[in-house]
Amino acid sequence: MLDFCLQPFSNAGMVSEEADNNKKQPEEPAPGQTMAGSDGVPMLEVRQIVKSFGPLKANDNVSLSVGSGEIHSLLGENGAGKSTLVKMLYGSLQPDTGEILWQGKPVNITSPSMARQTGIGMVFQHFSLFDSLSVADNILLSLEESFATSDVADKARQLSIDYGLPLNPHSIVGDLSVGERQRVEIVRCLLQNPDLIILDEPTSVLTPQEAENLFETLERLRSEGRSILYISHRLEEVKRMCDRATILRHGKVVGECDPAQETAESLASLMVGTNVNKANRRAAGEIGDPLLEITGANLPAGSPFAIALKNVNLTVRGGEVVGIAGVAGNGQSEFFRLVSGEDVIANADAINIRGTACGSSGINERRSLGAAFVPEERLGHGAIPDLSLSENLLLSRHGSDSAAFLRMGKLGLIRTEITLDATARICEKMDVRKTGEDPDASSLSGGNLQKFIMGRELDRQPSLLIVNQPTWGVDAGAAARIRQAMMDLAQSGCAVLVISQDLDEIFEISDRITVMHDGELSEPIPIEDATYEKIGLLMGGANPGHVLPEVEEHHHDDTTSGGAE
Amino acid sequence: MIRVELVKRPQHSNFYMLMSPFIAFGLTLVFGALIFLALGKNPFTGLYFYFIDPLSQVWSLHELAIKAGPLIMIAAGLCVCYRSNNWNIGAEGQFIVGAIFGSMIPILMPGFQTVLTLPLMLIMAMVGGAIYAGIPALLKARYNANEILTSLMLVYVAQLLLDWLVRGVWRDPQGFAFPGSVRFPPAATLPEMIPSQGDAHYGFLLALVAAIAVWFFLAKTLKGFEVSVLGLSPRAGKFAGFSASAMVFFSFMLSGALAGLAGISEVSGAIGQLREVISPGYGFAAIIVAFLGRLNPLGTIAAGLLLALTYLGGEAAQISLGISDKVVRVFQGMLLFFVLGCDTLVHYKIRIVSRTAEGSAT
Amino acid sequence: MMDMWQNIILTIATAATPLLIAALGELVVERSGVLNLGVEGMMIMGAVTGFAVALATGNPWLGMIGAIIIGSLFSLLFGFLVLSIATNQVATGLSLTLLGIGLSGMIGEEFVGEPGVKLSNIEIPGLVDIPLVGRLLFGQDPIFYISIALVFGVMWFLFKTRTGLTLRSVGDNHDSAHALGIPVLRYRYFAVMFGGACAGLAGAHLTLVYTPQWIENMTSGRGWIALALVVFASWRPLRLLAGAYLFGAVSIGQLHAQALGLGIPSQFLSSLPYLATIVVLVIISTNRRLTLMNTPACLGKPFVPAR
Repeated sequence: MLDFCLQPFSNAGMVSEEADNNKKQPEEPAPGQTMAGSDGVPMLEVRQIVKSFGPLKANDNVSLSVGSGEIHSLLGENGAGKSTLVKMLYGSLQPDTGEILWQGKPVNITSPSMARQTGIGMVFQHFSLFDSLSVADNILLSLEESFATSDVADKARQLSIDYGLPLNPHSIVGDLSVGERQRVEIVRCLLQNPDLIILDEPTSVLTPQEAENLFETLERLRSEGRSILYISHRLEEVKRMCDRATILRHGKVVGECDPAQETAESLASLMVGTNVNKANRRAAGEIGDPLLEITGANLPAGSPFAIALKNVNLTVRGGEVVGIAGVAGNGQSEFFRLVSGEDVIANADAINIRGTACGSSGINERRSLGAAFVPEERLGHGAIPDLSLSENLLLSRHGSDSAAFLRMGKLGLIRTEITLDATARICEKMDVRKTGEDPDASSLSGGNLQKFIMGRELDRQPSLLIVNQPTWGVDAGAAARIRQAMMDLAQSGCAVLVISQDLDEIFEISDRITVMHDGELSEPIPIEDATYEKIGLLMGGANPGHVLPEVEEHHHDDTTSGGAE
Repeated sequence: MIRVELVKRPQHSNFYMLMSPFIAFGLTLVFGALIFLALGKNPFTGLYFYFIDPLSQVWSLHELAIKAGPLIMIAAGLCVCYRSNNWNIGAEGQFIVGAIFGSMIPILMPGFQTVLTLPLMLIMAMVGGAIYAGIPALLKARYNANEILTSLMLVYVAQLLLDWLVRGVWRDPQGFAFPGSVRFPPAATLPEMIPSQGDAHYGFLLALVAAIAVWFFLAKTLKGFEVSVLGLSPRAGKFAGFSASAMVFFSFMLSGALAGLAGISEVSGAIGQLREVISPGYGFAAIIVAFLGRLNPLGTIAAGLLLALTYLGGEAAQISLGISDKVVRVFQGMLLFFVLGCDTLVHYKIRIVSRTAEGSAT
Repeated sequence: MMDMWQNIILTIATAATPLLIAALGELVVERSGVLNLGVEGMMIMGAVTGFAVALATGNPWLGMIGAIIIGSLFSLLFGFLVLSIATNQVATGLSLTLLGIGLSGMIGEEFVGEPGVKLSNIEIPGLVDIPLVGRLLFGQDPIFYISIALVFGVMWFLFKTRTGLTLRSVGDNHDSAHALGIPVLRYRYFAVMFGGACAGLAGAHLTLVYTPQWIENMTSGRGWIALALVVFASWRPLRLLAGAYLFGAVSIGQLHAQALGLGIPSQFLSSLPYLATIVVLVIISTNRRLTLMNTPACLGKPFVPAR
């Protein structure tokens, strides 16, 4: 009552609160102090959380706080415990000990539904979407029961327009591009009107330009007073976007900082614990003969949501690394199947390996020509989880090395001792950490298994290596080793073709860069001429120099107005 | 509120790989005893007649071999199918068609009685079984039709075909209108192994040889490796350059051939003629044998003997205790149920969690 | 003449009803991402239960209810193994069928040859005498009406309710559903039990309406045909209705052909429903792309929540 007299402007404040009762005003943090909400309490506070899985402490005494209107970054390597923490915040997991405070009050978040009711929204890295359902149904599924079914579509459409994330609520999610799927995730999250939004590696699937749009959306959300917990390992964007950062390593908080004050290098060394060296760029070596030539290859789409490859042309010469950039789902896996021979085509001449036409030959024939392949999925494609390493060795090499590994011809007996020896040799060379002599592939960590798979192919001393997503989900140490191995291989005269979503990686190791978009491959650009912007535009589908957007627009008008033929 | 939680083991457990069939058998005994109690019988007497009594006499050991032979032979083939993820559940039909093909020689060419008669019959039966199993394989590989349903439908068709043959064109004119073919001459009969002691014929030996051969093939050869790879992950199989559709034909036709061989062994060794019913459900019981043997052909030998024991025990218990022989099927069904449940232990730890207080048991 | 056609359609309806009900249950199960090959076993358990309860109480309605309860309890055995213990769904379903055939044989042994109790038709006086369609629409057995109600009930549930949408989402991607906090296993448990209840009811139709007596193995593959019907119908209830009546027609047609004595061996005619199943499966599956589009994406895949 007294306060009322003392605050002449309280009325105005109340009005704005009435109008926007869930949107808090941003507040500048006092220097050196924790960012706090309007009443001095952080939006979310995590105190000394511990979560163990058997002997492994995934989260060891983790504390962190996120203020209102703050973009807070959670930094850490693969396996540092970020996703465990996030799952506890979103109610998918329960902490063993420790507490979570929401706007100052302890809460026990027992389910994702409760997290949503509390005001926590989540945008998943691996989208939690349903391919066969419409956008509206996908959104409806994450809303509480009370939400009126009928107007989900309208509200979603309105919201998506408001935030500049256009969506058609009636399209089927399986038909959408990766960027559009992320929009569905974001719109779905925003419809719950959350106070805290958790984004898990949101830009890893976007073009630089799409990422830019996302940043604008995030800044707008921040200005509405919402808090954002931003999980990423891309240091540049963290530096640019985030107000504060908490760094996790091996399940523990190892530091908290203002990213703007740090350098990418200092953040990286905090994350990894040691200094990670970038791969040594070799002196431009001798560029040799073409070892892989693809001319006018086509591959029709094999399944409902697959991409057809159209008129693919590419030459890779000995001694060079060619990088294929692109947003996931633009035909990279189809391309891998095409060059590897997992899918054969009738036109043998479309693919040449070391001068031999092999478009119609299978994968083992191509291996015999000197090619080696590393697919994207480790478990279930490049290796079989329930088989031992030595059996997984045989998986890709029974054909090309049949003389070494088999007795009595091709249908013959497996020489177990020799496969075991080779396995030991590869593990030694690539520093694969494992328990036991010949464990199941599933018992290895992602990084160690990838080193093994890579080592399996390098052990053959191939003259052409084709790798899809070489370091996806791999820790920084293993990733550095794998990149170095690929560059060394090129140095020794081998042709290396790398397909990767990670633009930094592409720029780090490639001599020439090409972009895959909607099943088409762009003209390769030498690394000297390549910029993130140029490559980003190509990833988004622009094709400068070929068709101008205006021309395309005009053409579109023509067809809609009845097609003047 | 109690909940079961599965925790993935980093490395598969060799202990449970070996033990799961035994745990399953133990559980079956416990529940079997409960069934006997429910039927008002002494459970110990019941279990005695089921699992001990048939082993106490030489002649019944012979009977055991007669029943175990087809089970082991069919199950060894099914191991290849199931490991490669091809669900042939029509072995009963392939058994019948194999028997029909093999019987063509003594029925249609009664004069042809030489040392070649029997080997030819066996070969014909394998061809017949393989062709019949080739139908669902073709429909799966070529037309993408679900092999579980097609192979099962063909069981009914095979049974009707056999019924038609032995009541119609192949009926023994001297058979007093009873359905059934002529009795096979000695040259077309699979001989007994030790005629002085009992009826067990060489079909059992064939089954053992088949099981060991299939084991060697699966464990030691590249083609055997291919079977596992394609079963565990078709995508990785493609990466290895293996053909999934060729494997459909290979596994189906191999198991069909073995089922056919089992069929002619039964008809020529145990029955002596073609009748309207020639199998007490061997083709289905062999599915249980395959799983109880953990899809390892050597394991199917032990599992086949155990299943055969339940058949004999069922007869013994019916005679001695008046328990319906239908209980056998229940025992067999339970056995498969439990072995499937126990197999989870190979890859997972099972924790029983109550919502309020968290406790765990492994 | 007209009456003859009505009678033929009536017999077709009687043959189609158990297929339709069992298949509808399985459709819901498969929409949730679970493949239960135990339909035959649950159906025969329903058949023997329906017969036994009706005989013991003299009330076929109680028999029907008993069959529904036993069908869903029996399906729980399967549910526990594949859902809680994550066993292989194909093998577990098979074992349910084997167990069901064994158990029903054991239970039913004393009923062989006993006359059963028939569930009488519901006849609406007056309307039943309408020529051509009267008996078809207003004078059939209660389970027939339930089956038709179920078709539209399942349609409404799957495509018009929030719970139905959630069930479909679980079948489409159980990992996404889990991440959103949808209790995947709970939905699947209920779906499996619904499938069991339907199979039990379908079995009861055999012993309470179709042939009121107990014969061992009397489902004779109907459970399997129901499974094939679900594929044929591309997981859609209305197409299932059409498919079930098509199959009813085939099986009645072959019976009539046998009665007419066309000189075709009865065994060949008897095998027609099974052969028809194969042909239909082949025709419907040939278009791989279409099959992929329609099949619930998680069908048959075990789900173990990651932690």
